[in-house]
This record gives sequence, structure tokens and C-alpha cells, in this order.
Amino acid sequence: MDLANFLIQLLNSVQYGLLLFMLAAGLTLIFGIMGVVNLAHGSFYMLGAYLAWFLSSRSGSLTLAIAGGAVLAVLFGLLLERLLFRHFYQRDHLDQVLLTFGLIYIFEEMRSMLWGDDVHGVSIPAALSASIPLTDNLSYPVYRLFMSGVCIALAIGLYLLISRTRLGMKIRAGAFNRDMTEALGVNIKRIHAIVFAIGVALATVAGMIASPISSVYPNMGSQVLIMCFVVVVIGGIGSVRGALIAALLVGAVDTFGKVLLPAVSGMLVYMLMAAVLLWKPEGLFKQ
Amino acid sequence: MTTRRLVLTRSAAIVGAASTGLLLPGIVRAQSNRVRVGFMLPYTGTFAQLGLAIENGVRMAIDEKGGKLGGREIEWFKVDDESEPSKGVENATRLVQRDKVDVLIGTVHSGVQMGIQRVARESGVLSLIPNAGVHAATRALCAPNVFRTSFTNSQPTLALGKPMMDAGHKRAVWITWKYAAGDEAFEGFKDSYTKAGGTIVKELGLPFPNVEFQALLTEIASLKPDAVACFFAGGGAAKFIRDYAAAGLKDKIPLWGSGFLTEGVLDAAGPAADGIMTTMHYADSLDTPRNRQFRAAYASSFKMQPDVYAVQGYDTGLLLSQGVAAVKGDIANKQAFHKALESQTIDSPRGKWTMSKAHNPIQDIYLRRVENKDNKVIGIAAKALADSGAGCRMG
Repeated sequence: MDLANFLIQLLNSVQYGLLLFMLAAGLTLIFGIMGVVNLAHGSFYMLGAYLAWFLSSRSGSLTLAIAGGAVLAVLFGLLLERLLFRHFYQRDHLDQVLLTFGLIYIFEEMRSMLWGDDVHGVSIPAALSASIPLTDNLSYPVYRLFMSGVCIALAIGLYLLISRTRLGMKIRAGAFNRDMTEALGVNIKRIHAIVFAIGVALATVAGMIASPISSVYPNMGSQVLIMCFVVVVIGGIGSVRGALIAALLVGAVDTFGKVLLPAVSGMLVYMLMAAVLLWKPEGLFKQ
Repeated sequence: MTTRRLVLTRSAAIVGAASTGLLLPGIVRAQSNRVRVGFMLPYTGTFAQLGLAIENGVRMAIDEKGGKLGGREIEWFKVDDESEPSKGVENATRLVQRDKVDVLIGTVHSGVQMGIQRVARESGVLSLIPNAGVHAATRALCAPNVFRTSFTNSQPTLALGKPMMDAGHKRAVWITWKYAAGDEAFEGFKDSYTKAGGTIVKELGLPFPNVEFQALLTEIASLKPDAVACFFAGGGAAKFIRDYAAAGLKDKIPLWGSGFLTEGVLDAAGPAADGIMTTMHYADSLDTPRNRQFRAAYASSFKMQPDVYAVQGYDTGLLLSQGVAAVKGDIANKQAFHKALESQTIDSPRGKWTMSKAHNPIQDIYLRRVENKDNKVIGIAAKALADSGAGCRMG
């Protein structure tokens, strides 16, 4: 592998890793703060992709579709939290797993009834469809740089929100000691609803911006969910920083694995997970 | 205690006897003069269009011969197999046991086909495969009562190697999904390309139905092979074609593939598909009187254009109709009936073909190039190509 190829594959790895981070961050945030194991997290990714396809094929603009889709996703997240998840914060994990596992089926069926079982393509906006040539035959697509940019912006935003704002302080306090925070007059229910909506929005937006490069197809949520769990487990459950490091690691192993060892590429990330767990049974950054 | 055990064992015995009895071949079927024909095809989901095209083709072929089989009326049965492998055995059993069909026509999905294969082998019912290309059906698991009218997964790629070498592509990269159909297509490519003197520089793969091709396309660009050969189909194929062009490879490294790469996806792929070379046993634009006549008749009957699946259904209808006619409707004599089916020549829109020993078409494979959303035939890549039928022992 020459240097140029290596650099492009590195860019591919980072881009895939950042996408995984957006998903895993929501998953681990919801778990870390509310204690909910959300197996339906991948379904939000799928719904995002289908929304992007549906709205962009109607409106002709992916940008418009992403903006509209994000608003819809947040509303949907708030509604779902109010109707279902709120009643499961204090229940044990098995109940939560059953609830969210059931939701996966409901979302798949909804998707099938609304939009059918076909595979769809979403076109990249014209402004982002160019490639940057790096050598005479290697080039890197602008859209992927854009995706990485969006992920980085959202990651920074998330960091600032949690570490630098009043809301973030309340979120951290609520995660640390729910009863005490509530006693100090913080409306913990509202905080939870907001955190949940943030998680849902991250997954949905990830699905929307990924739709042009990953296509839109049934069960795409379940596939990505497995990778998310691998990331969360490697990074340490509940740790957003761990999720970032683990996502980049998984992105690199998967991308370079596909190229260097195509025959066993499907197994490599699981081998990585096993290796990390042998070394650090609680993940890299246990909180 | 003794009596209870007695009751239990006896009822178990009865249940056991009843169930094995149902599975036994040749159990006296309701004798009537009608031939009972069952369709087990996908009528919903991703493959619904394919199921419909196949059924249309079968009916059209039989209607052209007067709507009867060997002078006998036909009774039709239909089951939607939903392309769901876990229900394959159950659905096939329903047609064979409940509906008591004489002929089972199905299906599209190779996984479901393995279920049909099991039922066909156990019950001895005539099974005609109008699409699924899974090797085992006409190799290790072949059976006297199982006939395929479509192709094996390696048949199109068995014709790919020679024309690629003829075009001067000495070093190629292979890329596909890592699943059964992809592996079987690779088997055909590897065989034909290395025999013709080519070198496979690298074999790339990703899990089915993953469509994140970027890392692999980067690798192809840096390997700089003379050509790329591939197997993809459906929505993923359109995506691969578009990504291949977007990565700037289209004009630098020619793309070749099994014909399914460009079947039904040319609209979705757009100009990115221009110039792709494929090999397949049919092409819409095949310029023969037989194909033109078939296409006109199909379009006027069903108000839509036929595709390769309609042709395979049509050939299934022809095979059945000719086979039953050859034994004058006496399909109860299975040995004679199977012999008759084996020895038919099918005058198909894809060109005349015959049955191999393992019951798979021996057929011409065409070389096609995509031009303006059309798979234009530019020659015959392989004449009378047969699948190896490796491991098939008819018992």
C-alpha cells in the first residue's frame, strides 16, 4: 500500500468512525444519563435515511430534507419519550430490552407499510458532488469531507453543551445523583426528555447524511446497531469520550480490514472487541 | 400407568404413521383428469416483480399451445413465498400435500429454493426452477424430478474470462458481496479467466448487502488493474455503478461483470453505466425473429415489457408443455415423463437450448455492452455453455 492510498484509506476510516461516533454517542448518552438500554437506536438511523430519501425525492433538495427531517426527528423523539421511555427509567434492563426490541419490529413494519421494502439511492447535492484529486488516479469525494465536518461540528457542539452550559451542568448532576438534583429544584423529567431527543436527533441526522453513501434499505438499522454496541462496549459504557476513541478505532480496523484482509474483514472488529475486553473488561474509558 | 403409557405410545405411533404417510412419494393422489400446477413465487417484497414476470411467462407459453397440457385441463394453485427461506419447506409442503400439485414451479430466492429442493426430493413431485441459481440444486442435490430453466450462478461468469482476455485485460481485480451467490459467481470467473491466461490481482469483498464501496474503490484505483470484474445485482448494483464512476474509475479501468449487474438498474444508474461489459444468457435487445416475436406478444398480452425473468418463466411453460405433450398427458409414469423433459429442445427467445445431464440449461451466453440505457448484444461470449454439474448423481 503506497502513501497516497494509505492516506485516503485513513480519511475513509476517520469518516466512517465519525459516523459511528454520532450513533454511539446518542446510545451511550441515553444509557449513561437515564440508564436506558435502547436497542431501537439503530431504527432511528434507518428512519433518518428513509426520511432523507422520501423528503429529498419530493422536495428535490437534500439540504431541505435534512433540515425538515431533523425537526421531525426531535418531535418524534420527544413524543416517544413522553409516551413510552419515561415509564421505563426505573425498570430493570430486561424490561427496557424487551420494550426497545419490540420497537425495532414496529419501526420495521411501519417503514415497510409507509415506504415498501425497496432499496433506494439518494443523490449527493450538486455542490458537494466533486472529488479532490490527490494523485493521478486517486481522489477523495468532497461529500465525505462534508460528512466528517458535520460529525465533528456536532461532536464539538455536544461537548460544549454538556461541559460548558447550565443545561449541561444539570444533565451531569442528574446523571450523578438523580434524587439530590431533583431536590435542588431541577426538573429532571424535562432534562431526560431533552437528552433523549438529543440522542434521537444524532442518530436520525447520522442516517440522513449517510443516506447518499450507504443507500437506503430495510434492516439497515439493525446492522449499524451492532457496530454501535461494539463501539460502546470497547469505549466503556456511558463514556462519550470513550465512544469517540472506540469509533475511530473501529472505523480504521473495518476500513483497512476490508482492503488488506478482505476474506476475514467481517470478523476483525469483533476480534478487536474481544482483545480490548480481555485487556480491559470494562472498556477503554469506564466512567 | 400401563394404560396411560399404552395410549401415549399408540397415539404417537398413529401420529408418526400419519406424518410419514403424508411425506411418502406416490401416495395415491385424487385422480382427476386435470393437471395440477402450483406456483411458489414471491408476490410481495423486493422480488414481487420477478414473481409476476415469471408467472406471466409460464401462462403465456401454455396459452400459446392452446391452454392445455397434453390435452388435459389445468388447475392452477398459487403460494406467495415472500422470499422467506425459513418458510420455504412449509410453503412447498402446502402445495404438495394440501393442493396435491403434479408440478411445482418456483422460485426466485436461492435460500427458499433449498427448501423446495428438500420437499421435491422427499415427495418426488416435479419441480421446475424458473430463476434461483444456487449451485446445489443441479449439483450435489440434483434429482430426477428437479429441472432448472434459468442458469447457475457461475454460468454467466464462466463466459466472462475469455472475452476479457481477448480485449487485452491481463490483470483483473474481482469484487463482490461475500455471500453464496457472490462466491458461486466468483467460481465461474476464476475458472474461465485463469484458464484463458489472466491473473486475478486481488479478490475484494464486502458483506451482503453492504453498499459502502469507498475503501474498496480506493484500493482498486491504487492497484491499477487492466479491468475490474464483479458480481452485484439490484439496488446495490446501481449504487456500485454510480460510485465506480464517481470515484473516477469509469474511464480509466473498464468494468466487466455478470449480466445481473446491469439488469433492471440502467435507469437508476444513468450515464455512469455506459460502456460496462457483461455476459448473460439473454438480452432484451437480442436481434432474432424469435425474440422480437416473443417481445411483441408479451407486451400486447401484459401491457409491459418482458425481461429476463419473463423469458425464464416462458421457457418453464414451454418445457412443461412440450414434456407433457411428449408423453400424451400420462404424467403418472414418472420415468418416461422425466425422460421426455430431459430430451426437449427449447426454442427460447434467448436462443435454442437443451438440458444438461444434471437438468440445467446448456445455453449460449451473450456478450453485451451498455449503450444509452440498453444492454446491446455485441456477440456470443460462449456457445452452448453447460454448468459442470459437479457432484450430481441421479439416483
